Amino acid sequence: MDPRTQQAIIDAAAKYGRDQLIVLLGTPSPEAAAIAAATVVTGDPTFAGPLAETQLGLSVYHILEDEVRAALDPKVYDEQVGLMAEVLEVSALTAALEEARAQ
Amino acid sequence: MNFAGTKVIVIGERDGVASPAIAACVQAAGAEVVLVVTECFV
Amino acid sequence: MIRPALLGASTVLAHTPSLIALGSKPSREIARDGSLYSSLLDHVRDFPRVVGYAPNQAFIGAIHPREMGPRPYFDQLIQGASRYARDGEIMPEQEFFGLMALADRFQLVRLAPSLAISATAALRDHPLAATWELDRLALAAGNVEEALANGATPIYRAGSLAATISPGHPQDSNLNGAILAENLACKASGALALSHLLAHHDFAPASIDYVLGCAEEAVGDRYQRGGGNMGKAIAEMAGCVQASGADVKNFCAAPLPALVVAASLVAAGVFGHVAVVGGGSLAKLGMKFQGHLQHAMPVLEDTLGAVAVLIGPDDGRSPLLRLDCVGHHPVASGAATEAILDSLLVAPLSRLELRLTDIDQFVTELHNPEITEPQGSGNVPERNYRMIAALAIRRGLLARTALESFIATRGLPGFAPTQGHIASAFCYLGHARRALMASQGARRIMLMAKGSLFLGLMTEQSDGMSLLLERNPRLEEKG
Repeated sequence: MDPRTQQAIIDAAAKYGRDQLIVLLGTPSPEAAAIAAATVVTGDPTFAGPLAETQLGLSVYHILEDEVRAALDPKVYDEQVGLMAEVLEVSALTAALEEARAQ
Repeated sequence: MNFAGTKVIVIGERDGVASPAIAACVQAAGAEVVLVVTECFV
Repeated sequence: MIRPALLGASTVLAHTPSLIALGSKPSREIARDGSLYSSLLDHVRDFPRVVGYAPNQAFIGAIHPREMGPRPYFDQLIQGASRYARDGEIMPEQEFFGLMALADRFQLVRLAPSLAISATAALRDHPLAATWELDRLALAAGNVEEALANGATPIYRAGSLAATISPGHPQDSNLNGAILAENLACKASGALALSHLLAHHDFAPASIDYVLGCAEEAVGDRYQRGGGNMGKAIAEMAGCVQASGADVKNFCAAPLPALVVAASLVAAGVFGHVAVVGGGSLAKLGMKFQGHLQHAMPVLEDTLGAVAVLIGPDDGRSPLLRLDCVGHHPVASGAATEAILDSLLVAPLSRLELRLTDIDQFVTELHNPEITEPQGSGNVPERNYRMIAALAIRRGLLARTALESFIATRGLPGFAPTQGHIASAFCYLGHARRALMASQGARRIMLMAKGSLFLGLMTEQSDGMSLLLERNPRLEEKG
C-alpha cells in the first residue's frame, strides 16, 4: 500500500478513533488484498511505509465479500460494482480478508 | 453488518473496484466516507 | 473527407540493465537499503537472454503473442531468435547509450572513452547507421569521473562508471541529471522506433508533416515543467526535416487520443502524413523488481519499449481508423467499471449499429503477466478481457459458458514491458495491421486504453479512449 495512503489512514485513525472506522478495499488480486488488509490490521508486511511497525487493528473488508454486499442496496451495488463482482475472484478475496481479520 | 452511521475509509484500485464506486455504495447505505484513495500499480 | 489509414507501425526495445538502478522504484529502494544494488546486479539478464525472451520477440513482431509458448518465458528461451524482426529490433545497451549521447544536443551526456569507441563502432554496423551523425559521438567521450565529481548523474555498467548525465542548470531541479536521463532515454528510443518505421515501410523522412509524442515524460524547465513537444525533438533526430510536432498527454491512455488526433488531422486535410511516437519510460524500469528477486527470477523490467506508427491517407490496403467509432470516457461516466466500458466500447459501437460480439479482437492493456504477477498485481490483460466478456454476458450478447472462448479468441496474452503507454494497445499495432491485411484475417479490431489521471492529484477521475480499426474495404476487391 502506497506510503501516502498509509499516512492518510494513520491520520484518519487519529482523527476519528480506530474503533469508529471500517476500511473497505477494492483490490483486484487476492495476494494484494491480503497485503492491504494486513497493513491496516497488524502493520505493513512489506515494511514500505509508515504502517510498517504499527498495529492499527482496524476493521477491514473487501467490497465484494457477501457480508458487505448483503448490507448494501442491491440496485446501487449492481450498477457500481456488479461487473467486477463477476470478474474478480470473490471467494479468494474473501478468504484473504478473513485471514487478515483473524490476526 | 450495518453501514448506517459508520465512518468508512475506501481504498479502491483502478484495475479492481474503483473508490468512487465503493463510496457510492456505502453512502447509499448511510455511511460517512472519511477518506477515499485510488491506487494504481501498473 | 480523406479516410485516414494506419500505414505502418514499428516497435523497438532497448536493453538497458544499467538504467534499472535509475528507475523510480529501484532508486528509492536502493537509497533505503544499499545491499539491494548487488542483488539487482546479480539478477540482470544478458543480451542473448533478452533477445530469446518470447514476449520480447512478440513485441518486435517476430512472433505473434499467441505463439509465445508456455510459461515461464524467462527460462525457456526461443532458439535462433534475432535482435531484428519485421517491426523493429532489440538494441543492446552500449548502442543505446550511443543513441542517448546522440539525442543530447547540449553536451550533457558524457561517455567513458572506451564506451564511446565501442558504441560508435557498433552503430556504424547498424542498418540505420546513415540516420545518425555518428562522428558526433567522439565529442561525447570524456572524463566521466570528473563529471561525477561535479554532480552528474552516474550510469554504471558492470561495476564501472560508463556514462554521466550532467544537470542542465545549476539551480533548476527540472533539468537535473535524473530527469534529463529520463527524457533522453525517451527521445532516443522514440527516434529509433520512428527511424525503423520510415525504413521498414519505405517512407522518406521528409514526407512526414507532423509528429505527435504520446509518452509520459515531462520536457521543460522551472517555468514550464511540462512544456513538452518531445514529438519535434524526435522528428529532428529521425531526419523528418519537414515536420513539426506536439505532445498529447493522457497518462497511459495517451496513444489513443494521439492516434485519434493524428487521424483527424489527416482526415481534415490539415496534414498529409502524421507519425505518432511513444518513447520508453526510464522511470518504470525495475518497477516490480522486488517481486522478481523474491521469486528468484531475473529482473524482467530491463528494457525500454518504444512504438512509432504512421497515419496517412487511405492507400487502398492499409487498415482504416474509424473516426466515427471513437469511445471516450466523459466525466459523468464516473468510476464504475461498467459505466466506463459502456462509454468506451458499447456506445461507439452502437453508433455503427455494431455490438461487442462484432469485434474480432479487442486490444487493451497488454502488460506481460510474468512481470506483474510476482509482485501481486495479477494478470492485467486477462482481467481486462474478463471485464469485456462479463459486460457482453450482462448485456445478453454472450452465454456465460462462452466466456473463456471469448477471451481466448478476442483477447490477447500480455507481452509488453510495464512501460505504461507502451502497453496500452499501442504495442500491438504492428500485429493489428497485419491481422487486418491478411487474407482470412480480422475485419474489426478495437483498441482501448486507460489512464490513471488521479495519480497527478488534479482529479479523482481516470480516463480512457477507444478506436475501431477496420479492414480496408478495397482490399477485398483486390482478391
